[in-house]
Amino acid sequence: MDLNTIWFILIGVLFAGYAILDGFDLGVGMLHLLVKNDLHRRIFLNAIGPVWDGNEVWLITGGGALFAAFPEVYATVFSGFYIALFLLLVVLVFRAVAIEFRSKRESTRWRQNWDTAFSVASYLIAFLLGVAMGNIIVGVPLNKFHEFVGNFWTLISPYTVLTGITTVALFMMHGAIYLVLKTEGELQTIVKRWVNNTIIFFVICYVSTTMITLVYVPHMTQHFKDFPILFIVPLLNMLAIANIPREIYHQRYGWAFISSCASIAALLALFAIGIFPNLVPSNPNPEYSLTIYNAASSQKTLTIMLIIAIIGVPFVLAYTTAIYWTFRGKVKMEDLNY
Amino acid sequence: MGEVELLSRLQFAITAAFHFIYPPMSIGLGIALIIMEGMYLKTKDKKWEDLTRFWVKIFGIIFAMGVASGIVMEFQFGTNWATYSRFVGDVFGSALAAEGIFAFFLESGFLAILLFGWNKVKPTTHFISTILVAFGAHLSAVWILVANSWQQTPAGHHIVTRQVGDTIVARAEIVDFWQVVFNPSTIDRLTHTIIGAWLTGAFLVLSISAYYILKNRHLEHSKSAIKIGLIIAVIASFLQLITGHSSAVGVSKNQPAKLAAAEGLFETQTNAPLHIFGWVDEKEQKVKYGIAIPGLLSWLVHFDASKPVTGLDKFAPEDRPPVNIVFQSFHIMIAIGMLFILMSIVGIILWATNKLWTARWFLWILVFSVLLPHIANQTGWITAEVGRQPWIVYGLLRTSDAISKTLTPGSVWFSLILFTLIYLLIFVLFLFLLDRKIKQGIVDHSTDGIYAKQKIVVEKN
Ligand code: HDD
Ligand code: HEM
Ligand code: HEM
Repeated sequence: MDLNTIWFILIGVLFAGYAILDGFDLGVGMLHLLVKNDLHRRIFLNAIGPVWDGNEVWLITGGGALFAAFPEVYATVFSGFYIALFLLLVVLVFRAVAIEFRSKRESTRWRQNWDTAFSVASYLIAFLLGVAMGNIIVGVPLNKFHEFVGNFWTLISPYTVLTGITTVALFMMHGAIYLVLKTEGELQTIVKRWVNNTIIFFVICYVSTTMITLVYVPHMTQHFKDFPILFIVPLLNMLAIANIPREIYHQRYGWAFISSCASIAALLALFAIGIFPNLVPSNPNPEYSLTIYNAASSQKTLTIMLIIAIIGVPFVLAYTTAIYWTFRGKVKMEDLNY
Repeated sequence: MGEVELLSRLQFAITAAFHFIYPPMSIGLGIALIIMEGMYLKTKDKKWEDLTRFWVKIFGIIFAMGVASGIVMEFQFGTNWATYSRFVGDVFGSALAAEGIFAFFLESGFLAILLFGWNKVKPTTHFISTILVAFGAHLSAVWILVANSWQQTPAGHHIVTRQVGDTIVARAEIVDFWQVVFNPSTIDRLTHTIIGAWLTGAFLVLSISAYYILKNRHLEHSKSAIKIGLIIAVIASFLQLITGHSSAVGVSKNQPAKLAAAEGLFETQTNAPLHIFGWVDEKEQKVKYGIAIPGLLSWLVHFDASKPVTGLDKFAPEDRPPVNIVFQSFHIMIAIGMLFILMSIVGIILWATNKLWTARWFLWILVFSVLLPHIANQTGWITAEVGRQPWIVYGLLRTSDAISKTLTPGSVWFSLILFTLIYLLIFVLFLFLLDRKIKQGIVDHSTDGIYAKQKIVVEKN
């Protein structure tokens, strides 16, 4: 396997880490307004309080790694998707300050406003990320200098809106399962009802996206036809999703959460296999696509980065595990910092 | 200059300047927190615990603002400076990625224990987390400054051309990683920026503690905090003079146009003067209304007044940075640096002669001095960045060539206005919350956990 492919996989892993980790706290944000009582909202916030910032670092590091390994992609996508990216940044900023500010005053209005900002931002982040994925799947108009030649509206199509909604549904389900793990008593009963609804919502979105992709974006399935062994990925994906309601039914919430993590990982693997070796397919004019070869840094840099990753990643995994372990278990009253 | 370029530069300057309000406070407070919590573990005195917990809360608010504004920075090179990103990605991207992997994960992870872990881990584990958060904050400064310093004084790379479409495009690629990391300005700029951050943290502690003493609140706590602040300030303000001087010598070698602009030196000359202050008339090419000490600049750069210092006349007009703005910001920074030395000495003398707690005039000065390090930080960056113009990568790529080709003025206006408004809004809210935290004061943790005391608003459905 060459370095370019290794970096394709590593960046995929970073974004999968982001989707799995920030996915649940975005999901919690989406569900936040469904409880009206301040105590319940604070329990939700404190369920993600210690970890959301660390989760977002996966996105930041993913961005940095993309810059280092595939600078052409970093440049093309962020300058091309300019307005969309700034909207994403606005909601990321608002979400971060909303979490920090909301409990600092005891005014109901203050808290309600920040809660709304927090929740709306969580929806929009998931939606915009989904729209971006959708655009990469169908391809975007590029010229021979690898520059994006569309505008904001080029990015919005029925298909990309659908992938956006599917992402929202996915994270909402993931967040609901996380909350079941973190709550107890009456609140947990409420949350458990949501899990079932969000699973249904997600499955509907998932099935429709899959059908439409199969029909309208056949190139996404090319590698599966060439290497039938790869069908194991969609198979695992479906098993993981089907397993969630079963584990919930048996009250094995930890396993339900792991299944949900696995289904996110599998979905991203499907996406990655589908686009490989492209990073940003050009549509029309596929010959202008950005691939892992024409968009990459030098072999020297990819090697240096690999060394950096080999040194750094074990530390990252160690701290992440340590932090999640420290804050395991239900949210307790004395933990209410937010 | 095109509209897109002008607006993008403005946007970068505003967002970077806004971001750089918070990291220096986080870095500097980190050091203060280590000392406070260390004292608590050593003496087991409740006073230190209360103090640590109070400052941890302030740290939390500041840190969140740093994170929120930092995310924007991470993506901005791609949005507005795509051509730059294509040119430098091979070199610059690695440093940014290393910052994420080595620093941000460390900081954000252990921040959780620092803020939320009081009841979850042993005191020593908490203390170690505090150290790790502070260490992580310093590490992130290391990597981002490696990146920025490479752009100031590129080294360890070569220029490679390749065909894209039907044109030849050049980019910088790494040849020697360690030469990139330790490029000629890294060490000077890293030490200078970090010590500036210590000063920023120290003066924040000094300001709030002096305010409490003036208001006759938390006397015990505040006196201890002031002592810590003063000790850091004394050490750091002298070190800052040294690192600043060393930076200036480095700039005279590596970026002579920048030094010439900073001193308003239009003609190359021996016995070059150093201005204490002045006003540069860029048309007439001289410094007006100033006070200058003959020969001092030559002496500072070479330790010999009879040696020449390069002036702007050695550079073609299109290769010169704007002069007055660099001159003014440079002089403001230095004036503040000198003031810090003076203030810390006065503070130490008052402390030694036991007059510190009654010298209300000095305490009032401390209250307002919280702004000074911020002004010095911002003017320092303006000196460094505007002084680098018209180059975005010194000597290799011009700022005007670095812009994203696909941008329209409309979209940059949109993002610029949006972000300016949002930053203003959250900055006001930040000040408001900080003010409330300060007015609330230091809570006594001896009776029960603070969390039980926080009121819960129960809403009607
Ligand atoms: C990693 C790189 C980096 C870092 C750490 C900083 N900058 Fe910078 N700065 C740039 C990289 C850069 C840049 C990308 O290179 C810009 C954009 C346009 C340009 O010419 O340089 C720039 C421009 C720029 C300008 C406008 C200069 C002009 O257009 O005349 C100002 C005032 C600042 N910056 C100020 C800052 C401040 C206050 C910083 C503190 C965080 C800062 N910079 C950090
Ligand atoms: C223009 C270049 C810069 C970029 C792209 C950048 C990027 C970022 C990002 C993405 C974050 C958020 C990390 C998180 O979520 O935990 C951040 C925070 C931080 N940055 Fe920057 N940054 C820049 C300039 C600087 C400089 C010059 C320094 C220090 C000298 C610095 C020090 C820090 C620190 C200490 C934090 C942690 C948050 C805080 O302490 O407030 N950054 N930065
Ligand atoms: C005491 C006298 C001081 C001198 C002689 C001095 C000198 C310098 C010089 C020459 C530079 C430009 C470096 C370059 O472009 O490579 C610089 C930048 C800077 N200064 Fe100072 N400085 C002083 C005080 C201060 C103080 C008190 C602070 C903050 C508390 C400060 C903060 C900064 C910052 C943040 C930068 C930009 C980062 C960098 O380029 O290093 N300086 N200073």
